[in-house]
Amino acid sequence: MTLITRRNVLRIGAAGLALPFAGSLAFGQDGPLKIGFVNVGPKDDNGWTFGHWTGAKALEAEFGDKVEITFVESVPEGPDCERVLRELAQQGNKIIFATSFGFGDYVIKVAREFPDVIFEHATGYQRSDNVGTYNARFHEGRAVMGTLAGHLSQTNNIGYIGSFPIPEVVMGINAFTLAARKINPEITVNVVWLSSWHDPAKEADAARALIDQGADILVQHTDGPAALQVAEERGIIGGFGQGADMSAFAPKSHLSAIIDVWAPHYIQVVKDVQAGTWVSDDSWPGIAAGEVVIGAYNEKIPADVVAAAEAVKLGIADGSLNPFTGPILDNAGTERVPAGQIVDDAGLWAMDWYVEGVKA
Amino acid sequence: MSTELLIAVIITLIGASTPILIAALGELVVEKSGVLNLGVEGMMLIGAVVAFAVTFATGNHWLAILCAAIAGSASSMIFAFLTLTLSANQVATGLALTIFGTGFSALFGQAYTGKPIELFRSVFPAELATHPVWRLVFGHSPLVYFSLIMVVAVWFFLKKTRTGLILRAVGENDLSAHSIGYSVVLTRYAAVAFGGAMAGIAGSCFPLLLTPQWAERLTAGRGWIALALVVFAAWRPFRLLAGAYLFGLVMTIELYTKASGSTGFLPSEFWAALPYIATIVVLVLISLRRSGQSAAPACLGKPFMPAQ
Repeated sequence: MTLITRRNVLRIGAAGLALPFAGSLAFGQDGPLKIGFVNVGPKDDNGWTFGHWTGAKALEAEFGDKVEITFVESVPEGPDCERVLRELAQQGNKIIFATSFGFGDYVIKVAREFPDVIFEHATGYQRSDNVGTYNARFHEGRAVMGTLAGHLSQTNNIGYIGSFPIPEVVMGINAFTLAARKINPEITVNVVWLSSWHDPAKEADAARALIDQGADILVQHTDGPAALQVAEERGIIGGFGQGADMSAFAPKSHLSAIIDVWAPHYIQVVKDVQAGTWVSDDSWPGIAAGEVVIGAYNEKIPADVVAAAEAVKLGIADGSLNPFTGPILDNAGTERVPAGQIVDDAGLWAMDWYVEGVKA
Repeated sequence: MSTELLIAVIITLIGASTPILIAALGELVVEKSGVLNLGVEGMMLIGAVVAFAVTFATGNHWLAILCAAIAGSASSMIFAFLTLTLSANQVATGLALTIFGTGFSALFGQAYTGKPIELFRSVFPAELATHPVWRLVFGHSPLVYFSLIMVVAVWFFLKKTRTGLILRAVGENDLSAHSIGYSVVLTRYAAVAFGGAMAGIAGSCFPLLLTPQWAERLTAGRGWIALALVVFAAWRPFRLLAGAYLFGLVMTIELYTKASGSTGFLPSEFWAALPYIATIVVLVLISLRRSGQSAAPACLGKPFMPAQ
């Protein structure tokens, strides 16, 4: 696998210069299937990009030398990603995974120029003939974390550190709160919005602000472990890893984690492309498909609480439990989902309201 | 608001203000000598990653701060050589230093992502800080006391010492200072080195004081706030202290208000906008007070080119 970081970024530039000559040679050859990944963060971010890096490695393990992978790190969401996407396509990559929401417009634009290259855009919503989208039902994992929090919180006050109030984050807050209040209806969830995915110092200060005002469990929907470290330092009940296991940062406070596993989707896409059966669609699997995995439970959690969390996980996996089953009231007291009904996928992606118990 | 909570807010706001204050004090001295170094953010990142690496390897926080200062200072020497010896454009060179620092710290820090260290906590015995009010006096990391001492030290140096007077003269009128025999370039080299060391120490506050980890772009733009603060404070150390704590206050109040679950009678967007509103209000107040002359050093940002 070729890893393109800032260190060897000059190399991709040089490769770009050599392209007019190399392109014609590469054409029609029966070499390995070339696959590119464009990522917003470094592979060592302990979270989002690390998950995609693990997925890329799983592709290599599955297909061996039948695939040749280029993994580009730390590409800003903006015009620069268009250049990287185009260069990857010119270098003969036949599948390109763009793993951040903000790449969307550029993926669509570059895909028009390269109709024989297949693009897959993570967390996106725009598709075309050669652009598919994929995501994972992280909110299912949030429901399991909420079950743990409902059992464990003693102050009934849970702090939630959010990045931006977009549907993906809002549905996570709601799934978490619904599950927690199912166990303990006294629970309230206080949300602090940071307007950033990555500002560790501000995440830590938000965690301090929440703990100083009574929160004994923290949840974060930002990319790093800063809040967990504050939880460990202050000795509150705990918090959760986001995207990956973060127990190294908070051995006592890391209750469990939602782990992103992209390998099943990546392997499926490559198989479809090899068989010539790939079509543009939207893939949104969750716990059942093994794309959302619940991490190890902290040993301090009582066995019956672990059992309750596992029951929710298994219920979601076999389809007997939907985290968004009515009756659901919003935090202004209006009934949003009648008893017995669920929120469908379109409803989830349009979610701009909070369930009862959320203060945001 | 209970006393306990009030003190918790103050302690958090002091933590948030400290790196900005240290970096801005360094930049204040640099600008007083007539040099504009926009590389603060980059030097802070270099200081942050070096402080993390040294703490991770040795566990010695004092050594980590020292190394961060040396690394910050060393990186500022690149800037100094280009702008003072070769008379390159200061704005462009400073921006380049920020880009360099961001990339260098990301590269050097790759080995350290995902690893935790210990915070640099108060060195006073814990018994002194049991009561909340005493916590306010004795409960801080040495970095906080360092920042406060440096406010007085920088003020004293600029106002009360001969060397400080020379430095200001170089910043206000480099040709005159040159003509009466002071070395403009050497003075500016020293000022830039001091600013680099302070930026390095400011960077070390991130892993040692705020969040004990390394991540790319850990400082998340605080270097730019420090730069703005110097202008905001009209190049005066005590006003800089007030400005840094005011910024810390509005940033912290926003988080505490949202975390309380009630935003009072105002929408939470108001609290998010408050730092920017405060900036505009203070800038208007400052510009209303016409003192007849600009507070900026007269030679700020101009290359020194004596007649041959």
